[in-house]
Amino acid sequence: MINTAGITSYVSLRSNRLQLNEQSIFEKDEMSMADFLPAAYEALQINYPKFYKMDNLCKTGFLGAELLLKNAALKEKYKPEEVGIVISCANASLDTDLRYEATPGPALFVYTLPNILIGEIAIRNGIKGESACFVFDIFDAPFQTNYINNLFETGKIKACISGWADFLNDKAEAFFYLTETNQTNNNPAHDSDSVSKIFTEAWKS
Amino acid sequence: MEELMKTLKQQIVEQLNLQHIKPEDIGDDQPLFVEGLGLDSIDALELIVLLQQKYGVKLANPADGPKIFHSVRTFAEYISQHRTK
Amino acid sequence: MQVYVAGKGIITAIGNNVAETLQSFRKSKSGISHITILPTVHAGTLPAGEVKFTNEQLAELAQLPASVSRTGLFSLIAAREAINDANIPHLNKWRVGFISANTVGGMDHTENIFKAFHEDHTKADLSDVEQHDSGAVTGIVAEKLGIKDFVTTISTACSSSANSIMYGARLIKNNLADVIIAGGTDALCRFTLNGFNSLMILDDRPCTPYDENRKGLNLGEGAGYVVLVSEKVAETLPKKPSAKLVGYANANDAFHQTASSPEGKGNFLAMTGALAMSGLPHEAIDYINLHGTGTLNNDVSESIAIQRVFGMNVPKMSSTKAFTGHTLGACAGVEAVFSIIAMEEGMIFPNLRWQTQMKEVPFKPVTELMTGVEVNHVMSNSFGFGGNCSSLIFSKIK
Repeated sequence: MINTAGITSYVSLRSNRLQLNEQSIFEKDEMSMADFLPAAYEALQINYPKFYKMDNLCKTGFLGAELLLKNAALKEKYKPEEVGIVISCANASLDTDLRYEATPGPALFVYTLPNILIGEIAIRNGIKGESACFVFDIFDAPFQTNYINNLFETGKIKACISGWADFLNDKAEAFFYLTETNQTNNNPAHDSDSVSKIFTEAWKS
Repeated sequence: MEELMKTLKQQIVEQLNLQHIKPEDIGDDQPLFVEGLGLDSIDALELIVLLQQKYGVKLANPADGPKIFHSVRTFAEYISQHRTK
Repeated sequence: MQVYVAGKGIITAIGNNVAETLQSFRKSKSGISHITILPTVHAGTLPAGEVKFTNEQLAELAQLPASVSRTGLFSLIAAREAINDANIPHLNKWRVGFISANTVGGMDHTENIFKAFHEDHTKADLSDVEQHDSGAVTGIVAEKLGIKDFVTTISTACSSSANSIMYGARLIKNNLADVIIAGGTDALCRFTLNGFNSLMILDDRPCTPYDENRKGLNLGEGAGYVVLVSEKVAETLPKKPSAKLVGYANANDAFHQTASSPEGKGNFLAMTGALAMSGLPHEAIDYINLHGTGTLNNDVSESIAIQRVFGMNVPKMSSTKAFTGHTLGACAGVEAVFSIIAMEEGMIFPNLRWQTQMKEVPFKPVTELMTGVEVNHVMSNSFGFGGNCSSLIFSKIK
């Protein structure tokens, strides 16, 4: 199983721009991030009304995952429990914690945990494999690739949605990539160098 | 009752953040949960909050929710019988 | 590669250490009471598993300044006990890690200044928010314990500390660490109490998990840690380890943000995954320490999943949350310690206050303390919001 996992696609969301691989999918300047997210949702013609109820971190991650999985045909290639989700972030649910402190209520309380983001992606896509959410100051490619490759090597999962998602003070950042074992081997190998490279390029543009 | 149902639709859309739905699109007798408007258990809790904040009715047992929140009409009927404000 | 449990440490409403905890179990003494320490409007109405020490008293016990968040104070007390219990010779020559889960971080301090800050942004003392994030607490404790090689925090709601134990085991199995102190900590605070109250899943009486008439959970607080060691370290121990971690799995329920699927899909996958890894037939499990929160939803989903895994011959089981309350990010660490006590002492803890059979399943939990039982394999379940489900299996070393 070692070294057969390749990165089959990636998405990035930053500075009012949503991008799949090298291609820009949706851009809208001069718009607050809180407005940008639903605008992008509508532009992508997704029909999932629960989106509107999510907090901004979940909206950010949800959109990233939607785009990432749009043409991935995960359901045809893998069983639900063969797909994992490993995501890290810097500010966890702080954005929502602050809103909850100001105006408490059950619908908001639900989002005061960062791993709800993973739950939302899992619910939407029927994914049941191992999932984890880590908190780091900055994206840690060696950590993330090590952790996920261990899941591949021990046969826990065969595909993984991973990356970074963060939202605070109307600033959103997401970088997601899909790693699969069922692939042609023409894709970048899942190691720290390739992930850092893709991450840097996605952020740069 | 008509007036109350109209207000209630607006309040439901606002409280539950249903940005994709216009208040007037909600039918008076349309089921609010699952097969109808697609609300879930957390939405039910928000409706309990709405009931308390806007109409001064405290619902102690969430198990009573499904009956009261079945549709805008049942919700409005319950409010008109129990409201304290 | 085997992963051994060399030590354990705990503090909850039923004891400040393993010895006191064992005494409370022997007397079937619950820790659920009215809240007297946490300043809250719910004191006197919503009971909880509160540790009856003020922050100043805890600070003295922990040998830390009282300015450290309650979450950190619990953490150090339990982690230090675990390390002392393991008594690893020349600890500093090994690669040592600290993986500590929590969900509230230093929220207890943050909410102390919140009101003042909200009213006037220039007036509040912001030093109180320095420990707000979950990682800050882990950092303070790791520093005090002198652990430098590997330190991290996991936060996946109520399964958090099961995931820290899983992660610790993986680091050892992959030869990235030799000794890992893994578990979790959480303090009661108004944020969680009011939040859970808004979800209407708190019982206003002492909770009754797995009872047909259950009304919800009681929150609890505390910390629990195990010291996981590699085979190489285990060979050097003066006291032979009493248990091994033989199976673990995590799965997502993919159903709802906070509710479990009615049939407990994620629960089923976690339990079957842990069993598969352990290589044990399901009949080998002698005891399940249930997630058993006492909410209508959890207990049905978990018990239906258990029935699917174990069929008609279900193991003995109980929820110890009737003793401690639900300690959230700490609960799997706390219950890992309980699982090991069960094997060491040949003891199965009662599911306190249970009276009425649930109508969804044909089995019932253990309701009276059982002693002198052979307990060789224990499964401990922890299922969290976000659909995050984990199961751990510990085996006794004879």
